[in-house]
Amino acid sequence: MKQKKIIHAVLAGLAVLLVLMAWAPVQAQQKNIILSTTTSTQDSGLLDVLLSIFEKKTGYFVKTIAVGSGQAMAMGQKGEADVLLVHSPAAEKKFVAEGYGVNRRIIMHNDFIVVGPAEDPAKIRGVKGTPQVFKKIASAGSLFLSRSDKSGTHTKEMAIWKEAGINPEGQKWYQQTGLGMGQTLNIASEKKGYTLADRGTYLALKKNLSLDILAEGDAILLNVYHVIEVNPAKWPKVNAAGGRAFADFMVSKEVQDIVKTFGVEKFGSPLFFPDAGKKEEDLGK
Amino acid sequence: MDLIFEGILKAFHLIFTLDPEVLGITLLSLQVSGTATLISLFIGISIGTVVALTEFPGRRLVVSLINTGMGLPPVVVGLFVTIFLWRNGPLGFLGILYTPAAMIIAQAVIATPIVMGITLAAIQALPKKLRLQILALGATRLQMVWILVKEARLPLLAGVMAGFGGVISEVGASIMVGGNIKGYSRVLTTATVMETSRGNFDVAIALGIILLLLAYFINLVLTHIQQRERPR
Repeated sequence: MKQKKIIHAVLAGLAVLLVLMAWAPVQAQQKNIILSTTTSTQDSGLLDVLLSIFEKKTGYFVKTIAVGSGQAMAMGQKGEADVLLVHSPAAEKKFVAEGYGVNRRIIMHNDFIVVGPAEDPAKIRGVKGTPQVFKKIASAGSLFLSRSDKSGTHTKEMAIWKEAGINPEGQKWYQQTGLGMGQTLNIASEKKGYTLADRGTYLALKKNLSLDILAEGDAILLNVYHVIEVNPAKWPKVNAAGGRAFADFMVSKEVQDIVKTFGVEKFGSPLFFPDAGKKEEDLGK
Repeated sequence: MDLIFEGILKAFHLIFTLDPEVLGITLLSLQVSGTATLISLFIGISIGTVVALTEFPGRRLVVSLINTGMGLPPVVVGLFVTIFLWRNGPLGFLGILYTPAAMIIAQAVIATPIVMGITLAAIQALPKKLRLQILALGATRLQMVWILVKEARLPLLAGVMAGFGGVISEVGASIMVGGNIKGYSRVLTTATVMETSRGNFDVAIALGIILLLLAYFINLVLTHIQQRERPR
């Protein structure tokens, strides 16, 4: 029976400890910033590097919520985020024009690529112009995987289909995953399908994928990341000072220098190119 | 196959080098799911016992609702808890969305019906005459309830295990209300999802193995308590 008492005491002690510890990290609100961002910045590991510097420097605590650009802006629209780091320019402009966001500033870019199996059943290798590439995939009826999650990548994909004059919705060869970039790439690799991907995520996952880059380098494939502060005039609970501090940090020389070299060591080439202070129209020239 | 082997190696490496990040993630999983299970025990066992021992109109409806709740989908719980905890939501003033506290709430909501349903079945499975006998021996109502709960401890501990197992392995709600924030609200399941989408399959497998080991040890302790003295 002694054993029983000891186990009871240990269990009770553990229970009390658990309750205390779990509640301890609840911090003061004003020090928290909710950053709503696309999955690519988190999956590539860039944010981990940048946030630890930012938090040390300013004392803010950043809560990163990694979702598609579409959902990130939906959170901003409801005032549930303080600052956004997204890559869906057309939707961003609308977001700012409707007064939900202020101070949209360019941070960096990389590019989208069309990837597919090395056998290339639709013969898109070497085809000029991405809409042409999409047309060939459609007419060959080759499997194409779409994110279909309103992310920046999905929005770009839809724009290219529109340019190509094709509505892929409901076609047999067009499958919608509704998942993030990494998972969609894995599915494309397993099912030997084509997909549109951002170069950063592709490079980060390349070693596990049997997918080749089959089309790249088109102006339409430019992938630009902006930071937008959520408008505190619309939502008084937004941490405007924190959002501003983070946005200022992202365009600072320190961050821009890190972006320039991030990933070179691990992947052989940078994942993003710093653009602070530039104009979107001048990119890719 | 190589990948699984690499994952197992990685798991042992992470465990034996006491990797601080993995250690933190594991501890947080334990804290969040442990606290949530404790909360669900208080609510689940008390309400479950009351429903089991009383007759009232609509009792069958209540019981069927509790039993349905045992299969409550975590993502649905996550969605509703998120909406309630939004800054501009009904409980926004608490300011606890994307914190471990929010994860505890969501997980407690998931575990409570499980504990409640099993409690209900366990108490009802006790022989009816036992109640009369205890009362006849001069016990107060409260004493009677306490004896019944003690008598049903074998299935009740199964309820604890089912509740804890349900929440420690749950990912949908945790990622929605916790946000998978590094060093703050990242638990084993959400970290596994993230490492998978990052293509770090070895780390993902390693985290999965750690989760299984953790669940195993918790259940070992609970089973030890449960089986320590077999009734009759």
